[in-house]
Amino acid sequence: MKSNSGARVVAKVEPTLAHRISTKLYSKPKLRLQLLLSAPVTWLGLVYIAALLALLVTAFFTVDSFTGNLTPGFSLENFASLFTNSLYSTVTFRTIGIALAVTVVDVLLALPIAFYMAKVASPRARGVLVISILMPLWASYLVKAYAWRSLLSNVGIFAWLLRPIGLDTPGYSLLGAGITLGYLWLPYVILPIYASLEKVPSNLLEASSDLGAKTWPTLRRIVFPLILPGIVAGSIFSFSLTLGDYITINIVGGANQMLGNLVYSNVGVANNLPMAAAIALVPVLIMFGYLSAVRRTGALDNL
Amino acid sequence: MATSTPAISLKGLSKSFGKIAAVKDLNLDIGAGEFFSMLGPSGSGKTTVLRMIAGFELPTAGTVELNGEDVTQLAPFDRDVNTVFQDYALFGHMSVFENVEYGLRVRKISKAERKRKVMEALDTVRLADLADRRPSQLSGGQRQRIALARAIVVEPKVLLLDEPLGALDLKLREQMQIELKQLQRQLAITFVFVTHDQEEALTLSDRIAVFNNGKIEQLGTPQDLYERPKSEFVAGFVGTSNIFTEKESTALFGKKGRFALRPEKVTVSEKKKTGSISGIIAEVIYLGSFTRLIIDVSGIHIKATVPTDVFHRDQTVQINMSAADLVAL
Repeated sequence: MKSNSGARVVAKVEPTLAHRISTKLYSKPKLRLQLLLSAPVTWLGLVYIAALLALLVTAFFTVDSFTGNLTPGFSLENFASLFTNSLYSTVTFRTIGIALAVTVVDVLLALPIAFYMAKVASPRARGVLVISILMPLWASYLVKAYAWRSLLSNVGIFAWLLRPIGLDTPGYSLLGAGITLGYLWLPYVILPIYASLEKVPSNLLEASSDLGAKTWPTLRRIVFPLILPGIVAGSIFSFSLTLGDYITINIVGGANQMLGNLVYSNVGVANNLPMAAAIALVPVLIMFGYLSAVRRTGALDNL
Repeated sequence: MATSTPAISLKGLSKSFGKIAAVKDLNLDIGAGEFFSMLGPSGSGKTTVLRMIAGFELPTAGTVELNGEDVTQLAPFDRDVNTVFQDYALFGHMSVFENVEYGLRVRKISKAERKRKVMEALDTVRLADLADRRPSQLSGGQRQRIALARAIVVEPKVLLLDEPLGALDLKLREQMQIELKQLQRQLAITFVFVTHDQEEALTLSDRIAVFNNGKIEQLGTPQDLYERPKSEFVAGFVGTSNIFTEKESTALFGKKGRFALRPEKVTVSEKKKTGSISGIIAEVIYLGSFTRLIIDVSGIHIKATVPTDVFHRDQTVQINMSAADLVAL
């Protein structure tokens, strides 16, 4: 057998090391999964979860007012001042208010634009529209905020356009900041709504019309329920991005502050890292509440 | 029927998509209570005609009349017709009950009345016990019946059906064919049925229009179309035919012209008979209840239908064809 099977030995390929490893792994799916996921999970765990936990823990620390050093411990002092100091509650409600207003306005602007793109425009026009909506995202955030600073200024285009009809530019105010934020996040709201509208089969609209529903009932009873997850997905973007913003308000918001500004000044000027951590937890908690509320709509599958 | 106003009257109806003419100058009357089929291959324009009747497409030229009233410019929601869509177009975010209720709801009919009518419609399609389910939880045949119930609950005068059985398997399709026919008789409304399945059209219809290239090739009862096809297209599309070219008909029958002959009109036997010609069986195709032979008669292939599986390939047989059965094309 051995002597006359020479030809067969030559034909047989000697398995390489890589081949042997992959054969071993093939029969052990669990090990395969562990190898595949260990690196990204470690990264996520360290950078994301650990950092968030550190934030949570730091919020219970205090700062020695004499030396300015961090004093580890468990103190609810920071959280107490969140509630007792009227500055914090004012700014919190203001921030939530701006975030809500920006979200509502963005959704109202995005709905007709997305509907036009998904159901009316020709495929060519649709491509052009998608690109023009994405285009501003390629420009730096700062550039866009400063562009709005010049638009909103006393000698800017708003003043020039509105003064002749007895109005005036909103200027550097909360309204100015709201408009700028609304502009900045609009693409993030349009795109998920557009994506969900595109998934609504046109024959459902035809069926609704066929059964006697005019345009408004069709939009309300058929289109709206089907794109609600997309709307919620878009609102998560505009709401959370506004909640965490502190640059736009500095550039176009005048002297007004949002939560981010309080965090920033506590880290820098006040040298009170624990207080900054406590404030930073406020938007985290708000977002957590918002996300758990919208989870049931299936919006999180649409991000 | 000739005296009463037709349920649907299409006059000079044309539709172009860009440079492509989908429907060309179509004139057609469909009577009240008729089961009317539009039969044709895909791209023949039959679905476009249906969509123009429903109001989903505006014609490029011509008019659509429903019960004598010109509705060409009316939106679908203002037309007294309802559609059963090819892929059903059920509302996935609503229950079966809500789907059927939809047309009544947008008509602002009272809740009690809605419930009564929905349950009645669901009873008609025998799905009353599935009212609370979602469409995604139903089988293809059940969805089909829900789509039917949703369309008939608003009591249209005309029901448009766009290849409604296309997605079902053979067994279910045959069952649904019977149910559709019964439903049409029970409701006594006009059914306009679009299909590419000639057998389905023959089984169900009172009248059939055979479409080809945006035009009606032939309009008639199933029997008309089957026994007296007017063109080669109809002879070939409705059932199976032998189509004889001029040369072949001269050789076989001594007659000039193109003719069609149904395979079941060809008699095949082993023994010589008066007027028989001999040929060799080139192919035997078993089709269950019958067998089809392709017989080579000096180079001409003739299809014949025989009841039992008694012949075999390469066998020499005698065939008889009567010139009276030939249909001139």
